[in-house]
Amino acid sequence: MNVATEQKPIADNDPKTAKKALEIRNLQAWYGESYILQDMNISVNQGEVVTLLGRNGSGRTTTLRAVMGLTGARKGSIRIGGVESIDLPTYKIARLGVGYCPEERAIFSSLSTEENLLLPPSISKTEKGMSVKEIYDMFPNLAERKASPGTRLSGGEQQMLAVARILRTGAKLLLLDEISEGLAPVIVQALARMIVTLKAKGYTIVMVEQNFRFAAPLADRFYVVEHGQIVETFAASELNSKMPVLSELLGV
Amino acid sequence: MEIFGIPWPLMLSQLLLGLVNGSFYAMMSLGLAVIFGLLNIINFAHGALFMMGAFFAWMGLNYFGINYWVALFVVPVVVGIFGILIERSMLRWLYKLDHLYGLLLTFGITLLLEGVFRSFYGVSGQPYQVPALLSGATDMGALMLPNYRAWVVVASLTVCFATWFVIERTKIGSYLRAGTENPKMVEAFGINVPVMVSLTYGFGVALAAFAGVLAAPIMQVSSLMGSNLIIVVFAVVVIGGMGSIMGSIVTGLGLGVIEGFTRVFYPELSATVVFILMAIVLLIRPAGLFGKEK
Repeated sequence: MNVATEQKPIADNDPKTAKKALEIRNLQAWYGESYILQDMNISVNQGEVVTLLGRNGSGRTTTLRAVMGLTGARKGSIRIGGVESIDLPTYKIARLGVGYCPEERAIFSSLSTEENLLLPPSISKTEKGMSVKEIYDMFPNLAERKASPGTRLSGGEQQMLAVARILRTGAKLLLLDEISEGLAPVIVQALARMIVTLKAKGYTIVMVEQNFRFAAPLADRFYVVEHGQIVETFAASELNSKMPVLSELLGV
Repeated sequence: MEIFGIPWPLMLSQLLLGLVNGSFYAMMSLGLAVIFGLLNIINFAHGALFMMGAFFAWMGLNYFGINYWVALFVVPVVVGIFGILIERSMLRWLYKLDHLYGLLLTFGITLLLEGVFRSFYGVSGQPYQVPALLSGATDMGALMLPNYRAWVVVASLTVCFATWFVIERTKIGSYLRAGTENPKMVEAFGINVPVMVSLTYGFGVALAAFAGVLAAPIMQVSSLMGSNLIIVVFAVVVIGGMGSIMGSIVTGLGLGVIEGFTRVFYPELSATVVFILMAIVLLIRPAGLFGKEK
């Protein structure tokens, strides 16, 4: 009998050794003098879809920005795929395999739709992202309007473009900030289908969502953020039993 | 043959002179536009770096026997590297501050550079020979076309349009355009924006040095040659609109020609016509002819 193999833990089943896509510990972040994130602790396994819920101004967007190094001073620990990133400049954080879609979408007006799509360089030599063809298959509107200036697209198309352009870089951890905000129901449904597809392809996704009905069926786990801290965390299976707490915290 | 009582040959020669001056305006304002777009710095030192380009060409020839053609390639590279050192050591700290601080710092750099060259060479101009290949003139019938001046127009237009092409039509250019709009977001895509900023400043400065080498055989090489030019170039940039590539090129050439014709029709106005146009443009389109309102 081989004792060594028997004692070896099976990595994926053990929560302590399961590979973390993102591990945020005791994160504090500032914008100038304002102290926004007070003590953030978030842990996301590879392949998980996690949603940050909370009221406006609770610090959800700042959490995503802090991961990218786009806030002012940061303290604490942010490990991406096991690599400490708290002291890295923004471009090196992105090269750890993070794709960031900001709330304001940040489509470049002096670039055509296709130039916007092709702008982010491949960030990983080993991980291949989706091909341009796969992306155009997923978002036919973008293929039709590839020569138009990026900001001439409709709001929904701009949102698709903002998400699509981080899918071909090889980034496997996606930070999506309010992607359903202000869009027509038919586009919100298309985005929901996209999240399902991406999850099936093995992407890890951290979403900030105001639209609870959009996020609820998609996420594996939820964090509730208030005053720059996590005040509640639960799995999708606990959603029903947590509704009273949620309606108190979020007013949903 | 005459137009409005002005003989043809005089018109043509002033047109050519206007195009030559316009070529310098275009190259200089193009560099300023590229730098302002990405760095948000109004690079007052541009004139001094132009002067440095001309002086390095002169020094290369007189001290080391480096001929014009070699200088045309080497000097922009050397001055470009000097620019990168300025950016890394000084400008880098100013990006988050108001434009005024960048203007003040680069104004200080201008005084320093001009002071250094003045202390060694005084203010009188040093002559630089037109390269043998381009000396003389070609008889065009109506006028004698000086070969070197024709070369200046061709060389600067080539450089200007190559720059435009790279910025507007290539992948590298798309990084620059995107960086001009939202550098933080470009960095969040994994692009090394700080290096891009240094190289852009180096490139803009190299354009000024290239113009300086081109100017050496036409203008007297002197420590003040940049100051005389930079004031007009700033007016050109204001008219064209800060940050527009094609705008800088077209406005630079156009104003050179307007200035040239003014010298024919109303010589007293030729030194001020650019500033009068600047005032009019500021009243009607404050963002400049090609600029976007922010």
